[in-house]
Amino acid sequence: MVTNLASRLMSRWISEETAVKARAFSYFRAATIDQALDAHARAGDDARFIAGGQSLVPALSLRLQAPRLLIDITHIDELRGVRREGSHLRIGALTRHCEMLSEPLIAEFAPLLHAAAPFVAHPAIRNRGTFGGSVALADPASEFPAMTLALDAEIEIAAPSGRRRIKADDFFIDLFETALQPGELITAIHVPLFKADQRFAFDELARRRGDYALVGCGMVATFTGERIDDIRISFFSVGNTPTRVKGAEATLIGSSLDPERIAAAQGALEGDLAPLDSDEVPPAMRLHLARVLLGRLLGRLGEGA
Amino acid sequence: MSGFDQTLLDEADETVRVRLIVNGRKVTCEVAPRDTLVDCLRDKLELTGTHAGCEMGACGACLVQIDGRAVHSCLVFAVQADGATIDTIEGLSESGVIADLQAEFHRRNALQCGFCTPGMLVNAQELLSRVTQPNREEIRDALSGNYCRCTGYETIVDAIDAVAKARSKGGGAA
Ligand SMILES: Cc1cc2nc3c(=O)[nH]c(=O)nc-3n(C[C@H](O)[C@H](O)[C@H](O)COP(=O)(O)OP(=O)(O)OC[C@H]3O[C@@H](n4cnc5c(N)ncnc54)[C@H](O)[C@@H]3O)c2cc1C
Ligand code: FES
Ligand code: FES
Repeated sequence: MVTNLASRLMSRWISEETAVKARAFSYFRAATIDQALDAHARAGDDARFIAGGQSLVPALSLRLQAPRLLIDITHIDELRGVRREGSHLRIGALTRHCEMLSEPLIAEFAPLLHAAAPFVAHPAIRNRGTFGGSVALADPASEFPAMTLALDAEIEIAAPSGRRRIKADDFFIDLFETALQPGELITAIHVPLFKADQRFAFDELARRRGDYALVGCGMVATFTGERIDDIRISFFSVGNTPTRVKGAEATLIGSSLDPERIAAAQGALEGDLAPLDSDEVPPAMRLHLARVLLGRLLGRLGEGA
Repeated sequence: MSGFDQTLLDEADETVRVRLIVNGRKVTCEVAPRDTLVDCLRDKLELTGTHAGCEMGACGACLVQIDGRAVHSCLVFAVQADGATIDTIEGLSESGVIADLQAEFHRRNALQCGFCTPGMLVNAQELLSRVTQPNREEIRDALSGNYCRCTGYETIVDAIDAVAKARSKGGGAA
């Protein structure tokens, strides 16, 4: 079943036995990455990092989770800030959703994230929610995790054993399951700089503004003239993880965006996506919406969007 | 070296002292780590203008400003806010910064039971401080996380629209 935190929380809320206060826990404010990792290990991994808290606090309040220790990572300077590093933009894990809209480096070098940000929740939640938290949670209905796939981003991780970087393609494993092990911290996300020969597009279909999408999609393509040399297309709200549609990508590479090509890419979605049955949206409808959305976005890409 | 004291793990429900600047005044407050900011404001500081509705980020009744930005006080533990500056609806009312919004809400019947109103005002104030002349679409967008079960929203959008226009002309709302 395609699910997301908000609707799960909502159904819990409506179904009687609702606890709205978290179970007692201890609180530790870490000043450095090492302190945070150490505290997690010493709590026997019965701990949670808290960043924006916009998903974790409701989960604790509803007692979907009840760790002994909460480790506040928001005062760790190393997790903050956006800067250019060679051919990449290093976006600190604590970068807030609202900064995706206000930070000039993001608008210039990661415009897909800038375009996706207004669709993430509501303004007050964007004031606190973080990029790292969203990627760590890996909600399949979330905008940013899916965009890391479209952007060919790399996730920078700090573990007690050392640092490593992992490609977004290898990061999302299953429903709310990622390559991140308990006690590991996302420190930053590295995004290749957007280039002059590239175009991007983003949109989603939702019942109401600010709701999780019924289907959403973002893409980045590299062009020579009107010919697509490379394209990465990523969907969200279509299954257990954010999903790249490699079949549709393959139909587009080497051609220009004429109506037949677009139709072929739309046709390929059937092989790329296998939407799960949900109470809300039947699989056939979700696939239909995905086709509609893909058609619109490729149309915009063809117009130079 | 680590900064983490293992004995902390046995003190889950022991209160800790937090320091806040609430509506311009320095306060200290004893809270359990699991107490949310909205509970701290209402129960400990007796600032009951901030409302607790869903307590999970869905309704917007609990909005306050933390360090100048609108935030859900049900989605923040009070301990996380240690050291922060918090402005609640009481502070925004006393300082007069939202007097024009309040008058316009009143004039246009943009509130009935009033449960949602503090959150609406905090959000409206944030919107108008960022965008000088938002259109109705942008106003609706900004209010997308604020539920009102009474008014049907139209008058709320009208009131904010009127204040936006009046403020950008340099006066208060008529
Ligand atoms: C009403 C409502 C509507 C929402 N709508 C949307 C929406 O439309 N789209 C959307 O994408 N999101 C939505 N969200 C979720 C929001 O975007 C969250 O901010 C985001 O999912 C999590 O980020 P956070 O910083 O708040 O993480 P937290 O809540 O602090 O943490 C989430 C999880 O990630 C872990 N974590 C956090 N940071 C790190 C890190 N650096 N390294 C390792 N683990 C970490 C935590 O331990 C926790 O398990 C909504 C939330 C609410 C309450
Ligand atoms: S009480 Fe905080 S959003 Fe409903
Ligand atoms: S006036 Fe009653 S909820 Fe808005």
